[in-house]
Amino acid sequence: MPKLTLTVNGASHELALDTRTTLLDALREHLHLTGTKKGCDHGQCGACTVIVDGRRINACLTLAVMHEGASVTTIEGLGRPEAPHPMQAAFVKHDGYQCGYCTPGQVCSAVAVLDEIKAGIPSHASADLAASPQVTAAELRERMSGNICRCGAYSNIVDAITEVAGRQA
Amino acid sequence: MRFDTPATTNPIDQLKIIGKPTDRIDGPLKTTGAAPYAYERHDVVPNQAYGHVVGAAIAKGRITSMDLAAARRAPGVLAIVTAENAGRLAKGNLNTATLLGGPEIEHYHQAIAVVVAESFEQARAAAQLIRVDYVRAAGRFDLAAVKDSGRPAPLFSGPADTAVGDFADAFAAAPVQLDATYTTPDQAHAMMEPHASIAAWDGDRLTLWTSNQMIDWTTGELAKTLGIAKEKVRLISPFIGGGFGGKLFLRADALLAALGARAAGRPVKVALPRPLMFNNTTHRPATIQRLRIGATREGRITAIGHESWSGDLPGGKPEAAVQQTRLLYAGANRLTTTRLAELDLAEGNAMRAPGEAPGLMALEIAIDEMAEKLGLDPIEFRILNDTKVDPEKPDRPFSQRNLTQCLRLGAERFGWSRRSARPGQHREGRWLLGMGVAAAYRGAPVETSGARIRLDGSGMVTVETDMTDIGTGSYTIIGQTAAEMMGVPLDKVVVRLGDSSFPVSAGSGGQWGANSATAGVYAACVKLREAVAQKLGFNAAEVVFADGEVRSGNRRVPLAEAAGESGLLAEDRMEYGDLDKRYQQGTFAAQFIEAGVDAATGEIRVRRMLSVCDAGRILNPKTARSQVIGGMTMGVGAALMEELVVDKRLGFFVNHDLAGYEVPVHADIPHQEVIFLDEADPTTSPMKAKGVAELGICGIGAAVANAIHNATGLRVRDYPITLDKLLDRLPAVG
Ligand code: FES
Ligand code: FES
Repeated sequence: MPKLTLTVNGASHELALDTRTTLLDALREHLHLTGTKKGCDHGQCGACTVIVDGRRINACLTLAVMHEGASVTTIEGLGRPEAPHPMQAAFVKHDGYQCGYCTPGQVCSAVAVLDEIKAGIPSHASADLAASPQVTAAELRERMSGNICRCGAYSNIVDAITEVAGRQA
Repeated sequence: MRFDTPATTNPIDQLKIIGKPTDRIDGPLKTTGAAPYAYERHDVVPNQAYGHVVGAAIAKGRITSMDLAAARRAPGVLAIVTAENAGRLAKGNLNTATLLGGPEIEHYHQAIAVVVAESFEQARAAAQLIRVDYVRAAGRFDLAAVKDSGRPAPLFSGPADTAVGDFADAFAAAPVQLDATYTTPDQAHAMMEPHASIAAWDGDRLTLWTSNQMIDWTTGELAKTLGIAKEKVRLISPFIGGGFGGKLFLRADALLAALGARAAGRPVKVALPRPLMFNNTTHRPATIQRLRIGATREGRITAIGHESWSGDLPGGKPEAAVQQTRLLYAGANRLTTTRLAELDLAEGNAMRAPGEAPGLMALEIAIDEMAEKLGLDPIEFRILNDTKVDPEKPDRPFSQRNLTQCLRLGAERFGWSRRSARPGQHREGRWLLGMGVAAAYRGAPVETSGARIRLDGSGMVTVETDMTDIGTGSYTIIGQTAAEMMGVPLDKVVVRLGDSSFPVSAGSGGQWGANSATAGVYAACVKLREAVAQKLGFNAAEVVFADGEVRSGNRRVPLAEAAGESGLLAEDRMEYGDLDKRYQQGTFAAQFIEAGVDAATGEIRVRRMLSVCDAGRILNPKTARSQVIGGMTMGVGAALMEELVVDKRLGFFVNHDLAGYEVPVHADIPHQEVIFLDEADPTTSPMKAKGVAELGICGIGAAVANAIHNATGLRVRDYPITLDKLLDRLPAVG
């Protein structure tokens, strides 16, 4: 089985994986980092969102062996129950989750979305592609739309992200 | 403990902890990915193998042969279980179709095999190598085509047919009449966590880590299906990634994990692949509903009739779409009928507000249409026909019913006075704007529920009950209940849920969970308080539990000291008398929508949403609000996009994944407002609570439809309301 080195949440891991193993299953089944969720296993729900080399991706849609040397941040790398990331704390405060299954993906996406806006990357909701995008509800909703929450916590999730964005600004 | 007379003042009424918008106690675990869901329990048992489920490729017929040879030879394969080698299996009482099909096939994607292998990839690859030959049989897949073969089918809440007065005559004589037919499609729960289980055998004992709303039901169902004693089965389900009714029952993941583990001789984990879920598991059945309403010219309803048709597999159940029509509006002459036809699609069953959700989608458009015919404001028409008593049994009052107040308050907060009674009057650029309203009703049932409470020598209170938290906030409100009752802060309470070794609870379903489960905890706390008082020689009637102390007269003892080294343990359950017979207990809401419709493309956007809810005491306004906004979100899905499309030739739901079965995403949902009336209903339990988890969805579908009508003047009676149903009728542009 091909060998692979991945840096996950700052720690380096040597893995020998089936070429068919997705990055998602490498995390969940091999590294036992089960915070990242599997909702559909084919890129339709966003539950598996992780941040790879600074960009959010669906970990189910990519094979682990394609990421030799990559640096992956998962929900576990953002914060812990005793020491949460500000986004995690804001989700708790605003009740931006219910069953919790989409939540790690929402949180990882939210953190990445604020970075994308800060980096000036426009979205479908940006009126002017050349202007710096702002943290508006419309921008957040558009950029977060790849993360389904069937429990329907959207209204609270946008409140949580908005608060974190305000604090950052 | 038995609850058979209305509650008087009790320790819950202190409202020091109950009634506060406390953050969820499971929040830090869930938001950091530390909450373990069923498939993720690497910690519980070593050497887990992977099971991959194979679904039938026909909807109805027989398997004539299954060639497993190539799959057996595939790398890593440990076992393959089919109906042929599984041994004798019974069918659970709550399953309509068998969970492991073959040779008979009852529906498309019915499970026919599980392939167990060392790795997930090996199991999945080997499953592709199984060759199956089938003989197809003719099936019935089109509700409209078979509806007239439907037979009277009783609902869980009453008989198939109900009649009061003389509906036919009164309707015929009514000066203002509506006779309209509405359809609602098949819908999927589409909870984010797929059905998943890990099974491990220890001799003849089975432990299952699973994702299930009803621990006791499912423990019994699994035992029955396997033909073993219930005592030999343990279910553990502390975190559940959504259910909405889709995880009420034993499903194929659990059974096939158990069978796979037995065959492989080691623990096996199985998750249903997302594309299998829609045809393999249960769904909300489609309905065809006819509503006839007759009224006086002043707008008093004199006749109301609601007939509903739905389909299910042989032996299945109807969608109870008429039940709220028996209760929501006054009117002397009434009729409901429910007909169930046989269909060979996957099993229909409960989904969030079964009955009311699709029923109100029809009824509350009909009420809007009737108001329009009468020239009345739809809020005034509803208020005119409000009732304080069960319209079928006028001597039976509602325990509480503040629908009128919900409507009035909502109208004021939503700016209803800005709505134009004439449709199509508001335009903002390319958007036609409209407002819609609907009433929501959902019953407030209670179920027997038990709990066990331990007080230890450090003053910690531990609650154990097999109640589940499917996102509803059970952990938190149960913790709040125990904290309030024992006079300790919330962080002195540990809540442990979802384990069949704990006392049997009401479980999560039917909107009964919050009130029933906390009432069970209340009962156990009362027992524990008595045990504490008795140990200290205090008079149980006078004792006060506050600030971590037990007080009686001028004596005060810290709880930790009262518990002593060995601690104290109490267990009880709450059972109910006939208050639900003497009173009609329900929850009510007025739900408001503002929608915009693109004048050129027919694109529909929901712009504002408000629910005003009358649902008894709200145990935690933060988690209760989340339940309501979750229902409102699912209601938007029902109104605008959710539809399992039936292939009527081959007999299956075509759009069986999350790209084809569309549910609302962030961009579909605006900021949502929820207002709770400040009420406490002493007839429901000592908690004086009801439930809100299903109420939130009930009126939204129709409110959206009514807002679209108000925006455009177009009435769509077939859900979901997609732009193609508006496009050719929109006013010409440019
Ligand atoms: S699990 Fe990756 S997008 Fe759904
Ligand atoms: S919290 Fe359950 S799906 Fe989002």
